[in-house]
Amino acid sequence: MLDVRSLDLHYGAAQALRSVSMKAEIGKVTCLVGRNGVGKSSLLRAIVGLKPVSGGSIGWDGADVTKMSPADRARRGIAYVPQGREIFPLLTVRENLLTGYAPLPRAQRSIPDEVFELFPVLKSMLERRGGDLSGGQQQQLAIGRALVTRPRLLVLDEPTEGIQPSIIKDIGRAISYLRDKGTMAILLVEQYFDFARDLADDWVVMERGEVMLSGPRSGLDEQEVRKYLTV
Amino acid sequence: MLLRFFLMGLDRKAGIVLTILAFLAVAVPVMTLWVPADSPFHLSVFTVSLLGKYLCFALLALALDLVWGYCGILSLGHAAFFAIGGYAMGMYLMRQIGPRGVYGNPLLPDFMVFLNWKELPWYWLGFDQFWFAAIMVLVVPGALAFAFGWFAFRSRVTGVYLSIITQALTFALLLAFFRNDMGFGGNNGLTDFKDILGYDIQADTTRVALFVATVAALALSYMIASGVIASKLGKVLVALRDAESRVRFMGYDTESYKLFAWTLSACMAGVAGALYVPQVGIINPSEFAPASSIEAVIWVAVGGRGTLAGGILGAVLVNMGKSYFTGALPELWLFALGGLFVAVTLFLPKGLLGLGAQLKAKLPGRKTSALPNAQPANHTAGQKGA
Amino acid sequence: MSAESTLLYLDGVSVSFDGFKALNSLSLVMMPGEMRAIIGPNGAGKTTMMDVITGKTRPDTGTILFEGDTDLTRLREAAIANLGIGRKFQRPTVFEPHTVWDNLELALKAPRRPLKTLTYAISRDDRARIEEILDITRLSALRSRQAGSLSHGQKQWLEIGMLLAQDPKLLLVDEPVAGMTDAETEQTAELLCSIAGKHSVIVVEHDMSFVRALGVKVTVLAEGSVLAEGSLDAVSANQQVIDTYLGR
Repeated sequence: MLDVRSLDLHYGAAQALRSVSMKAEIGKVTCLVGRNGVGKSSLLRAIVGLKPVSGGSIGWDGADVTKMSPADRARRGIAYVPQGREIFPLLTVRENLLTGYAPLPRAQRSIPDEVFELFPVLKSMLERRGGDLSGGQQQQLAIGRALVTRPRLLVLDEPTEGIQPSIIKDIGRAISYLRDKGTMAILLVEQYFDFARDLADDWVVMERGEVMLSGPRSGLDEQEVRKYLTV
Repeated sequence: MLLRFFLMGLDRKAGIVLTILAFLAVAVPVMTLWVPADSPFHLSVFTVSLLGKYLCFALLALALDLVWGYCGILSLGHAAFFAIGGYAMGMYLMRQIGPRGVYGNPLLPDFMVFLNWKELPWYWLGFDQFWFAAIMVLVVPGALAFAFGWFAFRSRVTGVYLSIITQALTFALLLAFFRNDMGFGGNNGLTDFKDILGYDIQADTTRVALFVATVAALALSYMIASGVIASKLGKVLVALRDAESRVRFMGYDTESYKLFAWTLSACMAGVAGALYVPQVGIINPSEFAPASSIEAVIWVAVGGRGTLAGGILGAVLVNMGKSYFTGALPELWLFALGGLFVAVTLFLPKGLLGLGAQLKAKLPGRKTSALPNAQPANHTAGQKGA
Repeated sequence: MSAESTLLYLDGVSVSFDGFKALNSLSLVMMPGEMRAIIGPNGAGKTTMMDVITGKTRPDTGTILFEGDTDLTRLREAAIANLGIGRKFQRPTVFEPHTVWDNLELALKAPRRPLKTLTYAISRDDRARIEEILDITRLSALRSRQAGSLSHGQKQWLEIGMLLAQDPKLLLVDEPVAGMTDAETEQTAELLCSIAGKHSVIVVEHDMSFVRALGVKVTVLAEGSVLAEGSLDAVSANQQVIDTYLGR
């Protein structure tokens, strides 16, 4: 389980996260929502290790990872699908997937079949360069690459941004499938409310660097959540 | 208005520096010329010239700090301006030799006779007059700096690339001045000077006078630099050191500001070189060597960049160390210099003068801002919101 | 509506980047002395709109007039800045090694050439102007403090002060309260309100409590054009606005 406690984060003198606490459990999709600028991406970057925090702690799988490097966190099963995909444009689809081997011990270095089952288009484009794929295909590749690392925490930052509706559906199905498998916790940041609502088991709603609401979908009023997303 | 300008720059640090210099200007002549030779307070003429040499280097360091500490321009070729000033003075001194040279030619210096030259090249004309040479000491380094800066700054060359070009400049001059056919004495340079302004250059009184002149030049330059820094122009320089595009965005032509400081600095360095040559008795192309410029950077780094006084302190200390090492353990000098450079970078980023501030910031419970005025900030670009 | 008495008149402005339409026939009007809040979801075109006003980007089509008669699409960035249009970016870029006073002195409208600044001595008028700005930005007590040691909020106010020092007619302020504490956000709203009237202000923000505190007309941008305009309450109730924020 991911256990974030009282996290503070600064960019210089500006405070982006104020005592943020939240949890993400294995076998569940936790949706992190909020308007632009509230601190969602900052929180994800802190969890993944790309930005050091100024206070609080991040617990993962029983260990305190607050001071660990991103590489160490990847080895512990945290995988990140960043906003904007960030696949390697000059590497082929296959090579992009192979970069997922980095945190794995030798014995586990293989591309799991489910990557191609979830995203068949990747199989047909194995030798195509990453930069030549469409936005939606790149998004699928980015998720596939993360899956190669055999993650136990999958962190996705706005996977539907700029993607066509049909691929959004595919991505939604993939996330459901991965949740149902029961082997990983999924932390999903979304601005597309309906997409998030259909997938969320737990909600975390942020505003101005703080968590305003959190809890399971059954305990939360949808209207309440929407209030923090709209004007 | 000039008075106001100088008064503006008169802060506590300036007061200390100028007092020390005033003391030296009085004490050294007394200790050399009036105190009897067997007294422990007597200074030999050799020591006086050595101190004078140190202070010339101090002036070079001051000039470098002006552009490095306050403008952010790391010049790795500043010794070039020093050397050019030195050559201008050297040319005057050569012409003063007159018929007393080895070959006895009243007009041509020895090395030209040796090369079979029949007449004085055009660029040596006028150097028999002190006032002309004095003007050239300022004008030639200044003009070179202006031309160089004009092209470099307008092309928006900054940072490492600018430093590399300054190295190239001094290296090119080194190669040029090595050539015999340039007419500056080739690799032997200019030497065997006889007198300056009619006075015997080896005489005790002349040596002391040169020392006092150096002290005066250093003091005047310090006041000018201090005044510049305290003025609004100086504030613009400090602002553009860390945030140049922001300053440009506010409507300031940053290239002109850099050019002003750069040219002023070169003139100061030229004066330093000009005072250096009569005190050491020789000027040769090795003064253009890239290593000389880098040593100057080390002086400023050791003393404390961006403090004006730091350069002076660093130049004197490091050169005292150099005199000791090259006398006692010559093979170790370069290692010592290199080690000093590494040590300062790792442990004394603000130099000796910044040591106080550095230690204070480390004291527990003291919440001080880590930035004394004019210390360069480390800016990382890119603060993103979520 | 005619452009005559307006401060800023945008009509049918479109901008495309590599086929992506950042601004889509955007039309917006501002009167002198007005303060306007611009809101909208990510990618709505808020930054691009400011870029075309300041001349950083040239629009493909459309009219942009300043004070009814100056065509901004024909002018370069520096010229537009000289007309009195000042922009404050999200990140504070004050001069950290200098004091608050010196930062304002450097920004003040004054001759900019090196020899002029070498001999500059602060006049009584200049001093009064800086005092006035220190007062508006509530930084009077911090005038000798080094800008680098100010809090984030204080740096933002200093930067607004530096913008005011150039006596602009129109201020474009981009996400001023990002990263500020609640108290600082409130004070920033007060600060901007006190500036409006003498100056015209466009504020782009995501923080709704801040926008509410400003109490001004709100323009909602979405997908490069104006979706709705009105009071914050009116646009919040607008179903189209709600849908666009929910990503529908």
